[in-house]
Amino acid sequence: MGETVYTKDHEWLVIVDGIATIGVTSFAREQLGDVVFVELPEIGALLTKGDEVAVIESVKAAGEINAPINGTVLEVNETLVDEPELLNSSPEEGGWMFKITLDEDSDISGLMNKAEYQNYIAVNA
Amino acid sequence: MFKAPDVKRTTFYDYHVEAGGKMVPFAGYLMPVQYPGGIMQEHLHARDKAGLFDVSHMGQVVVDGEGAAAALERLVPIDLEALAIGQQTYATFTSETGGILDDLIVTRWSETCFFLVVNAACKEQDIKHLREHLGDLEITELSGQSLLALQGPKAKDVVGELSPAANDLLFMNGCHTTIGGVECYVTRSGYTGEDGFEISVKNNGALAIADQLLSYDEVQWIGLGARDSLRLEAGLCLYGHDMDASKSPIEAGLNWSVSRSRREGGSKPGGFLGSDQILKHLADGVSKKRVGFLIEGRAPVREGAEIVDTQGNVVGVITSGGFGPTLQTPIAMGYVDAEFCAEGTKLDALVRGKNRAMTVVKMPMVPQRYFRG
Repeated sequence: MGETVYTKDHEWLVIVDGIATIGVTSFAREQLGDVVFVELPEIGALLTKGDEVAVIESVKAAGEINAPINGTVLEVNETLVDEPELLNSSPEEGGWMFKITLDEDSDISGLMNKAEYQNYIAVNA
Repeated sequence: MFKAPDVKRTTFYDYHVEAGGKMVPFAGYLMPVQYPGGIMQEHLHARDKAGLFDVSHMGQVVVDGEGAAAALERLVPIDLEALAIGQQTYATFTSETGGILDDLIVTRWSETCFFLVVNAACKEQDIKHLREHLGDLEITELSGQSLLALQGPKAKDVVGELSPAANDLLFMNGCHTTIGGVECYVTRSGYTGEDGFEISVKNNGALAIADQLLSYDEVQWIGLGARDSLRLEAGLCLYGHDMDASKSPIEAGLNWSVSRSRREGGSKPGGFLGSDQILKHLADGVSKKRVGFLIEGRAPVREGAEIVDTQGNVVGVITSGGFGPTLQTPIAMGYVDAEFCAEGTKLDALVRGKNRAMTVVKMPMVPQRYFRG
């Protein structure tokens, strides 16, 4: 199990053997409110860092998820299509959103570790 | 987060913060958008029990003077002279071109005195409008007055204990009463589709009334987020979204808000701002109209989404949309060309490049449960 790393856009990633599992943090989920719908990417989609890759809709608003790194969509969490509320109860485990195979030149240097991320939300919240 | 320098607080600000309210700027006030329960829980609470809303940001205005009814009738398409004392009505301030400047509730306090509740974002402009057109009347903003709403099926049990007089009211009626010894004006009205009450009280007694209401287990604060989803399910318009100066009351589907006597063939037809255009819309019909939609699937369709017909032609636009917690499905309202207004019409909304199927439905989407005796 790789270390969980975080983006400034409140995504979390666990990278193991060149495959990143990606979701949104509890903090982001709380900001967005009760999730009612999740739009996931197509398997095989080629992503460039910053591309809009998924959408989370709460009762009140839509939140876009941007690709945190370059790669190819390998798998999506189909359970979220029928049970988007899983993102409310378990955003950092059962509510993972998609997995991507990292490009060889994927740049992961800007990602934060847990302590850095917690400091980041404390300062920016 | 952006904080406007002149953002105001209502009397209940500390109560909201203490209750865990997430405070956001709204119409110049810091207001609770939601509490820790979240919009879904709050919404369902108001449908099942009794939700307490701070709506003190709204404008409370008294119009007083000889001939006030007839004078106000120049600004609203309502038969105010026929309104009984203690009775209230929904109204729109119409513009010279027949658009809607704001929507409001008008209550008759006496032969010559009317109490108006107007939207927070419009109140300054409304007061200016009233002063411009009704120069002979006394126009007073009750800026030292708070406004609470208690909404839901248990509201009557709570108010019944605290003010039996208020509990005897029928929908769209009000009375002066006391709650726990505090003088207030209570009306049987609201913005959720549920039975409920609105309580206008001087700021110095407002917290005492909130304390009384919150002492009941079935009463819980509800934020602006759930207020929006509740009113959407109830088919009620939000000014600035579902109606504005570019839409007439008839286009907004508010034909019922034009009194019979103010229409062609009535005892005093027209005579209000924009009446030519509005009566023409009533007589000839309109080319676009507000309708409600039930969305297929789970993806919410939001304000601004284009509406297309089966050929892909743009035939309208969504003006309010979201997830309906009571219905457990996305719902919306919007304006479409007249030929697509019929109930059951299948249309699509474009959301992020995808077509989302939806059906024109009768509003309200959730049945209203007003107390009419």
